[in-house]
Amino acid sequence: MKTVKISIIGFGAVGQGVALSILSKREYLKKQGIDLYVVGISDSKGSEINARGIDIENALLRKKQKGSVAVGTRDAHDIISDVEHDIVVEATPTNINNGEPGLGNMRLALKSGKHIVTSNKGPLALHFNELKEEAQDNGLFFRYEATVGGAVPIFNLVNEALAGNTVVGIEGILNGTCNYILTRMSEERMPYDLVLKEAQELGIAEADPTYDVEGIDSAIKLIIIANSIFGLDSTYKDVNVTGITKITPEALELASRNNYVVKLVCEARDGKLTVAPRLVPKRHPLAVGGTLNVASILTDLAGRITISGKGAGSIETASSILSDILYIARNS
Amino acid sequence: MIVSMTLELKDIPGQLVLALSPISEFHGNIMSVIHQHDEKTPRGTIPVQVTFEIEHRVLDKLIERLENSGVKVARVGEERLRSTVSVILIGHIVHSDMGDTIDKIDSSGFAEVVDMSLSMPAVEKTSSGYLVINAVGEDELGKALDIMREVANKKDLLMIEPIRLNSVGA
Repeated sequence: MKTVKISIIGFGAVGQGVALSILSKREYLKKQGIDLYVVGISDSKGSEINARGIDIENALLRKKQKGSVAVGTRDAHDIISDVEHDIVVEATPTNINNGEPGLGNMRLALKSGKHIVTSNKGPLALHFNELKEEAQDNGLFFRYEATVGGAVPIFNLVNEALAGNTVVGIEGILNGTCNYILTRMSEERMPYDLVLKEAQELGIAEADPTYDVEGIDSAIKLIIIANSIFGLDSTYKDVNVTGITKITPEALELASRNNYVVKLVCEARDGKLTVAPRLVPKRHPLAVGGTLNVASILTDLAGRITISGKGAGSIETASSILSDILYIARNS
Repeated sequence: MIVSMTLELKDIPGQLVLALSPISEFHGNIMSVIHQHDEKTPRGTIPVQVTFEIEHRVLDKLIERLENSGVKVARVGEERLRSTVSVILIGHIVHSDMGDTIDKIDSSGFAEVVDMSLSMPAVEKTSSGYLVINAVGEDELGKALDIMREVANKKDLLMIEPIRLNSVGA
């Protein structure tokens, strides 16, 4: 039996999803020969620390009842640097302006000799290569499957299953909110404003939807793909971004009459990064509806490989995080 | 230029080579050959459709050479617009001079707008248009899209292009 100790930094939807899946997978993990302990959990108000393993059920209940997991005032940095453990699960919210607090947490984790598993896009969009090199130099794993496509295993697919292939290009739909809005507009022939309101009521779109509908979220995911898979050193200014706010129901109807759907497509190819609404033939594998995400990877040997699945959600994102944790547990 | 020719061959061995080798000699690039051996013309000859790329100035010489070697050239046509793309435009399409937008493509000499549908919900609202552009070849189609992008940009129209289908392994 291999003992693996982790901390969960950030206890929002994703952090709680990770805790919940560890709880429900305890037997499964034991069968895999892994004894997984959570030794530290922190949120914005404080933390719980227990070197012998936190009672996860209790922590989840406290979060639900009191709005915080905190039983002490020691913060994320204290856990990362002072508590002995193997993997830091960084699940604080994405900040695209300066990457904080995630960036500081990740830098500290690498300095303290801890592997990183994260769902936080901000630090990767801003400092991907720095973090990756720092991890490599220190012999640490830096894994981020959950940052792009939620449950859809894009990086694992490319790095493991498609090892040996050269990736020629990637096209994908990486924002569930935009996909939902465009799908509904097309199916119901409703104008953008109305569908946006519906999406906000359903909790699919944020109160301020700019980040999603202007293509910013998609662009950030594309940057992570470009830097990770194509080895580029790109930032936001390298992406040509067009959002979906100007799309009319009439345009979608004209497209449909000619056997197309309109999707917000991310494209990385020939060093060029584009996020823009595109015409996708109705029967093309990229033409997925609802909030689904999809990535189509063009490779030299395998040809085109397309995977789709749920791009958001607490448990779905936790699936990718758990998979990264297990990868490190097996390979370290 | 891309030329499509219908040739009529005698029903004896060696005729197809006789018909195709002059095209190669004139540095033509053969793109397709359709040889229907079981479909004879009333004259008892076998029709063959050949499509190839060749320099315009040698076309007459090629036809002469073919006729002299006993291959009948029944039809010669220029295959002008072989590549096609659909785009959607959203914005004040009509008020930003639709005719001029189409003209920009048509006057290129290598591409044309061959179909268009417009949807105008109300005077003050933005319109949406679906355009089909045909071009001489893939390269020219790319250039036509460049022109269209520039026009859309200038006239503040949102242009929605198709995903790239002709990708490796697509």
